[in-house]
Amino acid sequence: MTAVRAPGATPSAKSRAPKRPLVYVLLSLGLLIMSAPFLWMALSSFKTPSELSAGPPVWIPTEWTLGNFRELLDKLDLPLYFMNSVIVAVLVTVSNLVFCSMLGYALAKLNFVGRSKIFGLVLGALMVPGNLMLLPLFVLMSKLRLIDSYAGLVLPFAAGAFGVFLMRQFMQSIPDELLEAARMDGAGEWYIFWRIVMPLVKPALATLSIFTFLGSWNNFVWPLIATNDPDKYTLPVALATFATDPNKAGGSNGMLMAGAFLVVLPVLILFIALQRHFTQGIATAGMK
Amino acid sequence: MSTTTSRAAQPAKTRGGPGTPASRGGSRRGKLGVQNAAGWLFSTPFLVLFTVFMAFPILATLLMSFTDFGLRNVTRPWEARFIGFDNYVELFGDEKFLKSLFNTAYFVVVGVPLTIALGLVVAVLLNNGIDRARTFFRVGFYAPVVTTIVAVAVVWRFVLDPSDGLIAGLFSEVGLTAPDFLGSEALAMPSMIAMAVWRNVGTVMVLFIAGLQAVPTEVREAARLDGAGVWQEFWGITVPLLRPTLLYATVITTIGYLNVFEEPFVMTQGGPSDSTLTVSLNMYREGFNFFHMGYASAMAYVLFVVIMGITVLQLRLLKDNTE
Repeated sequence: MTAVRAPGATPSAKSRAPKRPLVYVLLSLGLLIMSAPFLWMALSSFKTPSELSAGPPVWIPTEWTLGNFRELLDKLDLPLYFMNSVIVAVLVTVSNLVFCSMLGYALAKLNFVGRSKIFGLVLGALMVPGNLMLLPLFVLMSKLRLIDSYAGLVLPFAAGAFGVFLMRQFMQSIPDELLEAARMDGAGEWYIFWRIVMPLVKPALATLSIFTFLGSWNNFVWPLIATNDPDKYTLPVALATFATDPNKAGGSNGMLMAGAFLVVLPVLILFIALQRHFTQGIATAGMK
Repeated sequence: MSTTTSRAAQPAKTRGGPGTPASRGGSRRGKLGVQNAAGWLFSTPFLVLFTVFMAFPILATLLMSFTDFGLRNVTRPWEARFIGFDNYVELFGDEKFLKSLFNTAYFVVVGVPLTIALGLVVAVLLNNGIDRARTFFRVGFYAPVVTTIVAVAVVWRFVLDPSDGLIAGLFSEVGLTAPDFLGSEALAMPSMIAMAVWRNVGTVMVLFIAGLQAVPTEVREAARLDGAGVWQEFWGITVPLLRPTLLYATVITTIGYLNVFEEPFVMTQGGPSDSTLTVSLNMYREGFNFFHMGYASAMAYVLFVVIMGITVLQLRLLKDNTE
């Protein structure tokens, strides 16, 4: 493309030409450091107890074993925690998709009294650290008898300010003429929102789903507080409780690595499969 | 449901087609009723959830911080006694709290600049230094961001294990003995900072890459034509043009780090001798282990005020330089 601009062609071609092997070396080294803990985790989870604590360290297991996974599944009901995590994450994601889009649409495309005030509220909510709400939320949920319930885990996250902000940004780019035309044809606002606007912002909905699902999947503090019954633990709560058990109820390093591996693996697969949405989503949210 | 009302407003719309300001004004007035109703209906779910699960708790935390709210008040909140500023006074004479404040500050003051600087370097190298395998590197550097903190903390605890850990293994390969990172008062916090940098550098990198791609290549080429070296180009062109991104990245990283909780919870439980006890972890313990909920609320508010203060300060400082 630089060739088109004749005068500029020479310098820009020159500036792009040098391959810098040093940069590749540096970045590869950085990448090795970034992936080392994951590799260590994955390899360790397949090691036998003797190899895990071998004198000169054993980097790659000589006899791969599933013993750690088996032992872990004996001690922890991982399928149950996995299901809890999935149910909570799906409910949180669906409600965010609907509620954040609704408000995003109103803020982007509807003229109504109080709109700028509500938008201010959303921006303010973005800044508030979640830790500020924990104590009264716990009291409130106890009063509502929602401790140890899915509702208690989902409701505080059912409509996040980030989602509203993201959806508003995307919906602003929809041409007003399109909506006006629909209104002239007699379409109601709900119809316009659900049938015209929502299909147009599918990429944004995908981004929002990924971020919300992940946020819920990785969420720790609130599920830790809002569950007492181990049967209602989500994966991170179960893993943390197991890992920090003061009685050391048998949480060997191999088992813990197997546990971490099982928690991290779905997320990593999801991320690698959908990686473009992640980086785009962050970039969009970052630019106001 | 609003179909009928929108039809009613239609004459106003058709009367004034697109064109003169006057006709546009007329149609807007006609639509106003419909859009008002629709706007508020579309806002209702968020507003209800926001009021119950955010606005109310924010206010309630403030109120609780002026009471002796304890375990028995979880079932009978209205019986909590109003004690004025006692919690706050006690807080600033509480050595444990002051220590947690100091630890959190340590974590932020060292961790944030490191995260930002490394994220910037990786972004510049990825964006300007190479032209192949960019996605591969970007995915690799970003991967820790998406992973569950709890799992990652469990992994790092083992990585840093003094006898069987990854670092200990590397040390023994070259004939050295690794220190007990998490068991040492001096090394526990730096270890946790290293982990936080490792986990968050990807976020900053992605933000900076987006910022860099908004810098017109012409600017950079012009600088090169004028004979600017790589270093001059970086400090003279790239960094100033990235100021808005720098601001945003610094603010969100600082807010995140001020709330640090999971890492010490899983890796050290605040130890050894409270050297990694952060404000959030302290608040959690006071509130949910000892049920000193009024006292913990005061902690939450002090942290909130600190966060707000620092955010405003950063916005001021970095914005002023942009203009």
